[in-house]
Amino acid sequence: MNLRRLFALAYKETLQIWRDPRSLAIALLMPLMQMAILGYGVSLDIKHVPLCVYDQENSQQSRGLVQDFVSSGWFSISRRLEREADIRDAMDRGSCNAAIVVPVNFSRTLAMNGTAPVQAIFDATDVNTTNIALGYAQGAMAQASREFVTGWAAAHGTQPSLVGQINLEPNTWFNETLDSRNFIIPGVVAVILALVGAQLTSLTISREWERGTMEQLISTPVTALEVMLGKLTPYFMIGLIDAGFCLAVAIFWFHVPFRGNVITLFTTTMLFLIVVLGIGYLISVRIRSQLGASQVALLVTMLPTNLLSGYTFPIDQMPAAIQALTLVVYARYYVTILRGVFLKGSSLTDLWMPIVGLSVYALLIIWLAARAFHKRIN
Amino acid sequence: MNAVAPVVVAHGLTKRFHDFIAVDHLDLSINTGEVVGFIGPNGAGKSTTIRMLCGLIQPSEGSATVAGFDIEKQAEAVREHIGYMSQKFSLYGDLTVRENLRFFSGIYRVPRREISERMAFAITMAGLKGREDTLVRTLAGGWKQRLALGCAILHRPPVLFLDEPTSGVEPEARRRFWDLIHDLAAEGVTTLVSTHYMDEAEYCNRIALIDRGKLIALGSPRELRNLPLGGDLFEIRCTPLGAALKALTQAPGVTDVAIFGDALHVVLGANHKGGNTLSAGDLPNFLAQQGIHAEPAQQVLPSLEDVFVQLVTRGQEERDMS
Repeated sequence: MNLRRLFALAYKETLQIWRDPRSLAIALLMPLMQMAILGYGVSLDIKHVPLCVYDQENSQQSRGLVQDFVSSGWFSISRRLEREADIRDAMDRGSCNAAIVVPVNFSRTLAMNGTAPVQAIFDATDVNTTNIALGYAQGAMAQASREFVTGWAAAHGTQPSLVGQINLEPNTWFNETLDSRNFIIPGVVAVILALVGAQLTSLTISREWERGTMEQLISTPVTALEVMLGKLTPYFMIGLIDAGFCLAVAIFWFHVPFRGNVITLFTTTMLFLIVVLGIGYLISVRIRSQLGASQVALLVTMLPTNLLSGYTFPIDQMPAAIQALTLVVYARYYVTILRGVFLKGSSLTDLWMPIVGLSVYALLIIWLAARAFHKRIN
Repeated sequence: MNAVAPVVVAHGLTKRFHDFIAVDHLDLSINTGEVVGFIGPNGAGKSTTIRMLCGLIQPSEGSATVAGFDIEKQAEAVREHIGYMSQKFSLYGDLTVRENLRFFSGIYRVPRREISERMAFAITMAGLKGREDTLVRTLAGGWKQRLALGCAILHRPPVLFLDEPTSGVEPEARRRFWDLIHDLAAEGVTTLVSTHYMDEAEYCNRIALIDRGKLIALGSPRELRNLPLGGDLFEIRCTPLGAALKALTQAPGVTDVAIFGDALHVVLGANHKGGNTLSAGDLPNFLAQQGIHAEPAQQVLPSLEDVFVQLVTRGQEERDMS
């Protein structure tokens, strides 16, 4: 390998990128746009679940209970009902996903027994949403119960017998506000870099074939390794800028807590960039039309990174066979690393497993890419 | 001339694409400083041969050496010693004249202190002085071709392979291009240049005529002009040309007939003076019987084009026979 030829290639490639400001703008702005769309769009939090209220008693106490649901922020009252049958009707129309029914003798029962039943009904067509809403409902009920117990104790001087004596005190670590955005955004960064990185390099070889410049280039003593490194270097720089943009947006715009250290973040990001740019380059070598290469790059990166990287669907909940399959999805290693660095402040040694995974991948891709390009026309 | 060693040597060079034989057992030997013209119809195998000699395509059979290096086993050494211009323009259109030259200087590792001198030479040679910072895609054809040649000789290669370098270039620019090739030859650069312009054949020291992948003639323009045509050559002006061509192809005593400009070139067999075969004097009458107006036939000296046309059609007929 000759450094002068490598430099000549890298410089030429940089000039060509610079001469094509539209492509450069896309390469730099696309990731920002995707950050905005995915960052705001993808959220597993459910707020303002539409709630129907059938308050049969309509007393001060029953209204207080309903108010506890609303003030939690998770529910908003969409309809107040007068008849039991209307619940079904409201669910069918989609005007509510949940309903609570306060019985007619609610406050009397509560005053006598220290406990009273309240019915909650959920539209469980969307299991995921229902589970979350159910959790919220229990939270709201617990809040109401605590208020009641405090009131009872003040009035009677003792605790009501039937109210739970064991109080669960949940303590959530690493994402204290249980904000799913903190969990998702690092994944979004990984997915965007995987997509953009492969797109960037997928055109680099096919462009030369299409324009006819490749025939001249391969008639020179330049080696395949020099071509690969010369072409990847400028895109590596663009990839780093993109990564910087995305990570800055995650930290400063979406306020995802960043507890790790910047060096860990950048060494792992560089490793990941090598993999994604290398994959784009491999595709570019194999497919000689720009359009074809770009589409294959999209196909190869889009589905696996979205579905199997663990960015939205947790890998440990997948069937064993699918879990095994995720080992070849390079984005999963980076998703794990980013979540660790962001939320847990993990160090390089804590993250040795995904780092080894990514390194093996990087070596394999570079090895394949270096061997893939042949200085032959057919 | 004893010191002159062949720089390009091919033995039985063959390229097959599936069933199609593009180059068929080609033997060729080119000496230092020679300008050899590669001539033949489209699809004859000129580009394929040149690409094999540059190491861009692997031969199916046979071998070749360029500047003493084997084209298969020492492909990189071959590439160090050649300059190549492909049929399609292949410099970077989105880079300027200077940037293209600088790029190829780097790729060919031109010694650093010589870069500016050699780039200046290439720019002057291409006639692009004052346009160094122009984007190459905005240049006209002739300038593009000369710049491509300039890029191909930056590293002073002893051997040049030029694949139809003058196609689509205006005549004046073509003539200037050939002047450049001869300047380089005077310095000892060996050149194999393909073309489909017959007039350019005259600029070459030797001509290799190739048809259907086979080398069918090799020699200096004078040697080729003196190849026996199988009779005497006559030029006859007549209208309509197409009908006359058809009539004469079938006529007795006519060895060969071809359209040449606005006239026909007719080769009459050696025995055309007797028997029931046509003689030169009979031609106008023979054509008049078919309703074709013709002037008297005149004997002419064969040009290179006559020789090529005859060699190619003779090959065609031999194939049809077998």
